[in-house]
Amino acid sequence: MSDHKRIDFRTLQYAGQEGRLIPLLQQAQAQDGYIARERLQEISEQTGAPIAQIYGVATFYAQFRFQPVGKHILRVCHGTACHVAGAKAISEALESHFGIHDGETTPDREYTLETVSCLGCCSLAPVIMIDGATYGNLSPTDIKKVIKQHRQAGEEVVKK
Amino acid sequence: MKILVGLGTCGIAAGSEAIYRSLAAKAGNGGPRFELGKTGCLGMCYIEPLVEVVDDSGAAWQYGGVTEDKLDRILEEHVAGGRPVDEWLVWSDDGRGTEGAYLARQNRIVLRNCGRIDPEVLEEYLAVGGYEALRKVLQDKDPDALINLVVESGLRGRGGAGFLTGMKWRFTRLATGEHKYIICNADEGDPGAFMDRSVLESDPHSVLEGMAVAGYAIGADHGYIYARAEYPKAIERLNIAIAQAEARGFLGDRILGSDFSFHIRLKEGAGAFVCGEETALIGSIEGHRGMPRVRPPFPATKGLWGCPTSINNVETFANVPWIIANGAAAFNCLGTANSKGTKVFAMAGKVRRGGLVEVPMGISIREIVFEICGGIANDRKFKAVQMGGPSGGCIPAELYDTVIDYESINKTGAIMGSGGLVVMDETTCMVDIARFFLDFTQRESCGKCTFCRVGTKRMLEILTRICEGEGRDGDIELLEHLAHLVKNNSLCGLGQTAPNPVLTTLKYFRSEYEAHITNKKCPAHHCQKLLSYTITEACTGCTVCGRVCPTGAITGDKKQVHHLDQSKCIQCDECYKSCKFHAIVRS
Ligand SMILES: Cc1cc2nc3c(=O)[nH]c(=O)nc-3n(C[C@H](O)[C@H](O)[C@H](O)COP(=O)(O)O)c2cc1C
Ligand code: FES
Repeated sequence: MSDHKRIDFRTLQYAGQEGRLIPLLQQAQAQDGYIARERLQEISEQTGAPIAQIYGVATFYAQFRFQPVGKHILRVCHGTACHVAGAKAISEALESHFGIHDGETTPDREYTLETVSCLGCCSLAPVIMIDGATYGNLSPTDIKKVIKQHRQAGEEVVKK
Repeated sequence: MKILVGLGTCGIAAGSEAIYRSLAAKAGNGGPRFELGKTGCLGMCYIEPLVEVVDDSGAAWQYGGVTEDKLDRILEEHVAGGRPVDEWLVWSDDGRGTEGAYLARQNRIVLRNCGRIDPEVLEEYLAVGGYEALRKVLQDKDPDALINLVVESGLRGRGGAGFLTGMKWRFTRLATGEHKYIICNADEGDPGAFMDRSVLESDPHSVLEGMAVAGYAIGADHGYIYARAEYPKAIERLNIAIAQAEARGFLGDRILGSDFSFHIRLKEGAGAFVCGEETALIGSIEGHRGMPRVRPPFPATKGLWGCPTSINNVETFANVPWIIANGAAAFNCLGTANSKGTKVFAMAGKVRRGGLVEVPMGISIREIVFEICGGIANDRKFKAVQMGGPSGGCIPAELYDTVIDYESINKTGAIMGSGGLVVMDETTCMVDIARFFLDFTQRESCGKCTFCRVGTKRMLEILTRICEGEGRDGDIELLEHLAHLVKNNSLCGLGQTAPNPVLTTLKYFRSEYEAHITNKKCPAHHCQKLLSYTITEACTGCTVCGRVCPTGAITGDKKQVHHLDQSKCIQCDECYKSCKFHAIVRS
């Protein structure tokens, strides 16, 4: 019922072909975790846009990555509130816990560390987000516990 | 009896999903009977998870800081026994609880339904008068009168610039084009602000209704919401709300039997702050790199796909249905001569009660920070508030009687901005804050204008060296010089306002810059390179500092004075904070 009411903008001439580019890139990243070279090729074939243009758009936006990532994305907030509340020490604790730097992935390919500006939970600063779950009011010494909890929760899901 | 659990992002982060599951299990388990429901965010983020008990007459009691092991007692004593558990109450309709003052001083227009209704149930929105404004507007069939009403209300855009919303609609209505568009700016890029997220998560239909009304006013048939990808919960609930509104005929073709059709589509941002700027945002929806362009032409005449477009902020839209329902006078009687209505602030930083507050314009910063939000956390000294994020500035404690009003805030050098208000205490270094924002704007500059691209980078380098104790004579003057160049030679608001955090901190906290440069000292004891930690003889050997140290820099035997290895110390301050014997000194 609601299906036929929803307009498919792609069929509308005024919407233009380019409007699809970012959603297509987002779709590709949601599928693979990053933008693979072949995907750029595919998108180019589908939209008729040259690869250089697509690459230009993709590299403009912080969301798009060009390297494979770990199973889980761990985002450390460095927004204003988190900065004031000591986000730097959280990042340092995470980096030393995993032995990797911002933007890198653990050797077991479990976690990728990313820095973001504000997760919108500023009153719980400092905040980190593992995949969709937010953890707030952290201190550097909580990191071990949070990661352990997260690993265990993951194992329980697997066991189930 | 009904039990409601707050399931906004803050609540969930504090564990409210587990509370909800636990209550759901108990509901079917023979204990006291109750109906279980969900709500969004009430704005009391500092005391989540929140659980509300509502009796059959509609009277409500709110519990804060609820944990799973508190549930049994609440169920037994309150739900079954009718005796509220006073010690955990935060507020109640009969005047109990510790946090009544937080809500009592607020004036909730935008947040009217936040935390009061289930954002995923359309009927709950309808029950509080939802979509009545749209119905009225479609019955009156007079878009010009509608625009006049919004002009008369004095509503100004809440996205930062404060342009009169009704005027923007009028210009868009008068412009000619094959199609017209409404865009809702939900990019909320200010790092330290979460008003829009909370409204979208807690009351998405009010934003959709505001957009549909705006669409009718200007003659648009399509609307876009451009939402930050970092807000998964808001996006999920918006999608639910759009589908519900379409299914019930509040959106889509021939709305409520009228000849007005309006479709809303959600676009996810891709992580670029500059895309909050309206022309960049439009470029991004069109699928380009999000780079601002010269205005005029303004979007009102040439916007999305070259058609007239009115772009407004989430909070602006959320005000609209209320204004139509209650009239322009009810809105413009609040506030000051030029700033009407209310403003929502996202309170964060070193404040005791962090969360969302909605206050009438004209209230002072002091009233917000001290009377509503309980002052500074840990009884430290109030130093400044940062308003307006990367485009704004720091207002010092001496000016805390400044009132909330676009023009008064501008006079301090800060801006109203979208509503992020980060409170800072004596431990916050103002030079570091300026460096933090320049680091942000420098990264987020789209690179189109030379002064914004290169100027912010040079300014960041200077600020970084000052924070690292490498500051030189003349650096302050150089910063000021560059600041004026960047301000005057950038195309869009990002560059034009990027120097504000530097200029305001220089204006009010110049001595801090001088202390860094001349004495190589950070008065707030924040800048790492200018700090050192030592353990004194007062150490009792309790071993606490050794255990909290994340790098293992502190060693020592039990009951022996500990030793700190300077080469391993990352100045994280954890030992200092954990020491009960004041045996660790920072200098
Ligand atoms: C760099 C930059 C970032 C901006 N970010 C936002 C934002 O996140 N949200 C927003 O509503 N407006 C933002 N704006 C303001 C918009 O350009 C525009 O003025 C606003 O969306 C208009 O809506 P309003 O009239 O309801 O305020 C930003 C402006 C600039 C220059
Ligand atoms: S500043 Fe970290 S969540 Fe907003």
